[in-house]
Amino acid sequence: MDLKTKALTKSIWVFHFAAASCNNCDIEILDALTPKFDLERFGILLVGSIRHADVILATGAISHKAAVRLKRLYEQAPQPCLVVAVGSCACSMCIFRDSYNMAGPFDGLVPVHAYIPGCPPKPEAIIMGVVKLVKALKKG
Amino acid sequence: MAKTLFYFIVFPGFLFTALIGLLVSWIDRKVTARVQWRVGPPLLQPFYDFVKLLGKETIAPQAGAKLTFLFSPIFGLAAVTIVSTMLWLVMISPEKTFLGDLIVVIYLLTIPSISIIIGGFASGNPLASLGASREMKMVLAYELPFILAIFTPVIKAQGIIRLGDLLQYQWANSIFLNSWSGFIAFVVAIICMQAKLALVPFDIPEAETEIVAGPYIEYSGAPLALHKLTRWMMLFVVPIFLVVMFMGGILFSGWHILWGILKYVLLLLIIILIRNTNPRLRIDQAIKFFWGPMTILAVIGVILAFLGI
Repeated sequence: MDLKTKALTKSIWVFHFAAASCNNCDIEILDALTPKFDLERFGILLVGSIRHADVILATGAISHKAAVRLKRLYEQAPQPCLVVAVGSCACSMCIFRDSYNMAGPFDGLVPVHAYIPGCPPKPEAIIMGVVKLVKALKKG
Repeated sequence: MAKTLFYFIVFPGFLFTALIGLLVSWIDRKVTARVQWRVGPPLLQPFYDFVKLLGKETIAPQAGAKLTFLFSPIFGLAAVTIVSTMLWLVMISPEKTFLGDLIVVIYLLTIPSISIIIGGFASGNPLASLGASREMKMVLAYELPFILAIFTPVIKAQGIIRLGDLLQYQWANSIFLNSWSGFIAFVVAIICMQAKLALVPFDIPEAETEIVAGPYIEYSGAPLALHKLTRWMMLFVVPIFLVVMFMGGILFSGWHILWGILKYVLLLLIIILIRNTNPRLRIDQAIKFFWGPMTILAVIGVILAFLGI
């Protein structure tokens, strides 16, 4: 594994994008970043600017307005940028799949690299999802 | 010529300052984590951050001034490297000082802030401009008491202005911290140093809300890595400058080296603990604070130095 990928697995800066979610997944993501779970020991930091981000933590079943912004955000992120869909709505739209104002799950709009199902997923599940993402990155 | 290059690039210049800057930023994060009852990142974390940022794509915004945007971190990095080289060479052999080097150091230490301001304004982003304008206001605010505090030792030593002569004066007589004027100036200088390093409670330019990153908002990849490295190196260099001015620098003989390192660690701990126990100020509160109580305190220190106390 080359130095670039190794550094990327050891220092992951996450950007939180809530696309018309009910905010429960957002609260769980916030919980995962509190001192109780201490994600900083894995090098994970929350960043405010999309230009600093390595992982976009995406929640919510996307509304049409959010879809426009999501595409713009994904283009603004410097590559390599990974997308992690957190929550059942982000993975597959769940109970909103026939809704008229939802623009589809995330993998219809941007490439998604990890799915963390749950409604909402516990912070332990979010951490496990990130660990699986890191292992997949290490494999290539 | 080769010796000069060695001084500037390896020791005590860029490589030495950068490596110790990485270590010091790790100490900062680890102590912050411990204060918050958590574990904190591993030792090589700043190094991983830096290498990862170098491997990311560099994006220059279309609305900004591209060349200025991409090259502004380099000025700050160069200025910090030169200051570190000057300070350590003066501590190792005080006869290498030259007339006016104190003024050069003070001038060069403002350049990292200026590079942030230039980079923020060249980003073409209104939030970056806001952050850069706050950085300008901060520089106006804290430079006044900082310079008054730095010149108090000069006044106390009856007009000695070379760094090497100031060091030798402190080794011959007592360190400036032992006098009332020196102590007051030291307290003022610590608080102004907190603002110079853009740490809480004065990290107003960067973390305006925690949502956006102020002047750094459009930076990505290698320029962002250089900006962060400049900040880490400043965390190493500015307390060393204070140690030279107020605590007699680091004497390179035997046990005094350990004693000198302990002086620096004490300053670092003061910075980290102030950082962890305070909320952030608003920009108008910060300016009123620096132009009000801090300047009055610094002027009292100057008057006491003139009286020889």
